[in-house]
Amino acid sequence: MVTTIQEPQPGTRRAQTAGNAPLLEIRNLDVHFNTPRGVARVVDGANLILHHNEIVGIAGESGSGKTTLVEAILQIIRFPNRVTHGQVLFSPDGRDPIDLMQISARDMRRLRGQHIAYVPQGSMNSLNPVVRIGEQIVEGMVDHGISERRARAKVPELLAKVGLEPMVAKLYPHELSGGMKQRVIIAIAIAMEPALIVADEPTTALDVNVQRLILETLHHLRDELNVAILIVSHDLPVHAQLVERIGIMYAGQIVETGDIRSTVKLPLHPYTEGLMGAIPSIGGSRDRLQGIEGATPSPLNWPDGCRFHNRCPHVMDICRSVQPLLAEIEPGKRKAPDGETVEVIPGRVVACHLYPESTPEGGR
Amino acid sequence: MSTNGTSTRVATAGKEAQPLLELRDVTTTFGHSADATVANDRVSLRIDEQPPRLVSIVGESGSGKTTAARSLLGLQPPTSGLALWRGKDIYKLSRQERMTFRREVQVVFQDPYGIFNPYYPINRVFDITIKKFKLASSKQQKQELIEEALKAVNLRPPDVLGRFPHQLSGGERQRVMLARAYLLKPKVIVADEAISMLDVAVRAVIMNILMDFKEQLGISTIFITHDLSAAYYLGGDIMVMQRGRAVELGPSISVMEDPKHPYTKLLLESIPSPDPDKRWDAAEMPASGLSMGGANRRFSRDRCLFAERCPFVMEHCWERRPPLIQIGEQQAACVLYENPQTTSLDDATMTTPHVSGIEREMVAS
Repeated sequence: MVTTIQEPQPGTRRAQTAGNAPLLEIRNLDVHFNTPRGVARVVDGANLILHHNEIVGIAGESGSGKTTLVEAILQIIRFPNRVTHGQVLFSPDGRDPIDLMQISARDMRRLRGQHIAYVPQGSMNSLNPVVRIGEQIVEGMVDHGISERRARAKVPELLAKVGLEPMVAKLYPHELSGGMKQRVIIAIAIAMEPALIVADEPTTALDVNVQRLILETLHHLRDELNVAILIVSHDLPVHAQLVERIGIMYAGQIVETGDIRSTVKLPLHPYTEGLMGAIPSIGGSRDRLQGIEGATPSPLNWPDGCRFHNRCPHVMDICRSVQPLLAEIEPGKRKAPDGETVEVIPGRVVACHLYPESTPEGGR
Repeated sequence: MSTNGTSTRVATAGKEAQPLLELRDVTTTFGHSADATVANDRVSLRIDEQPPRLVSIVGESGSGKTTAARSLLGLQPPTSGLALWRGKDIYKLSRQERMTFRREVQVVFQDPYGIFNPYYPINRVFDITIKKFKLASSKQQKQELIEEALKAVNLRPPDVLGRFPHQLSGGERQRVMLARAYLLKPKVIVADEAISMLDVAVRAVIMNILMDFKEQLGISTIFITHDLSAAYYLGGDIMVMQRGRAVELGPSISVMEDPKHPYTKLLLESIPSPDPDKRWDAAEMPASGLSMGGANRRFSRDRCLFAERCPFVMEHCWERRPPLIQIGEQQAACVLYENPQTTSLDDATMTTPHVSGIEREMVAS
């Protein structure tokens, strides 16, 4: 079989789930930490929807809360004094969503691994150096109630799914390259045939050709296992190659979501626009890149109003005091900030006062 | 025209131009005898004082980029070959000469977090530099120098001075390091992965400063990166390294738009494009996705080190080290160009079929 990364054909795969609830829906999620210096509102009112069998990306600068957001999905935030609000609705069969914020630790543990697999950042370096790869794959399955014999029998198949030879099971982690270790981690993640794989920076610190192989492996698994994938990466080209929809995160919130093509081609939020304008591209224009001046604000003290206002080239008075809401923009032609007329397609969601839909009632 | 490994030159300056920094046939190995890791294998590179230029060194991790830079900085004596500054061996400078060398050749490292002492305010970075090199005779002059340097990197002095490292972002810290270099009016800045730990939005800011330094102040930069798109944006010249060797050299733009070495082509094909309309296609997948394959076959360095991954591999690739061959403005260490008819990879015939990396390994299993 040839692996191709290309646009999916809509409607070919979703039909397999019983209901039509999205696989995962995050509603107004807050993750706050009480620190000696005050309350750090690391994730503060984040919203995101992930459908069955969809690949969604989350992009944003360091410190924007990407990792904390996915840790909240997995309910693995360990830092003391956490304060969380909001809902994380999970529905593996498309019916009767479960709110992961409400269920017991025991139930969560059952869901985790079985229905939601997590590939944390840098996890390829956390393979046990003195245990053979095969044993480490078996370990996870046995923990989730599969007999050791069945687990063992499944190892070669799992390795094959991520493009590794069966003999890898007999090796130790130091005998593998970075890309192979990352694929072992993915093999562990898919062992229980989850409905959702959450991967945090799965290709950071890998060389480009290994990165390509990992991304193609993930894409291939989505098609083969009928799984949804949530990818966190600061690297926009990675998203451009892999995901179908993207959420742009800034200062603890999702500020824009949309399908990858239109988000990249016509960013609506000035922050997204700034990100796109900062990426050099081989063979593309070599005009001076702008970058975004300034730094991500501190979660201890987010700016009032729109959190991007102090770095925004289009800042208006209202931005300093009124927080824009994430809202779907009415499709049609509209004037872009730089004066050009652009066509906004349906399904574009953004939180920015440049679009009146975003301004709360009575805000103006 | 064929040249051997000794005459690898990036700069194409006139006869009288004095080389400012030069690696001449540098080999650096770590470890002993059979187990030795060859980090640099007869690498040559030359930066002239005039005209200033941007030279990028790119390659995968472990390709020897940083070792080459460390040799130029006086931090890693080569096992054989010479690292020269103004024609003198960097590792045999007198005390006086070393002082001037340290002033003319500045460095910005990868980690903007580890480089500062967290107990002292940012000012200390400048104070030490000014004291050590006796740059200022009065307090006021010192203040003026610092403010000028900060403005050169687009930082507002009140935003930085008196603050502690943890109060600055990664991009701001990297700019402080550039301001520190600016204080000394160096001839060349060695930037070793200086942008790889920064957010994308800030990377452009740092690269713009390096380009301005070159245009406005005549400061050259040796830019070490694994990010080819950054090297493309900077322009200038490029040296592509693979397993310790320089495999391709030339102007960055031509190398990336028309790579001559199959390895450069593989690297370029693996870079994700930010344009979702230009997604990877399995049909274009290079046959050599995995760096492990065939690594044990004829383990000798007396051959092309890319042979086991090369879609154009021929029998004599395994027999001797390919010399650097001049093709137009570019040089590539690839035997394909020993045939004068071959001027581009498009003229060459692939010898291994194009299959995706995954498929290949699956077939193998």
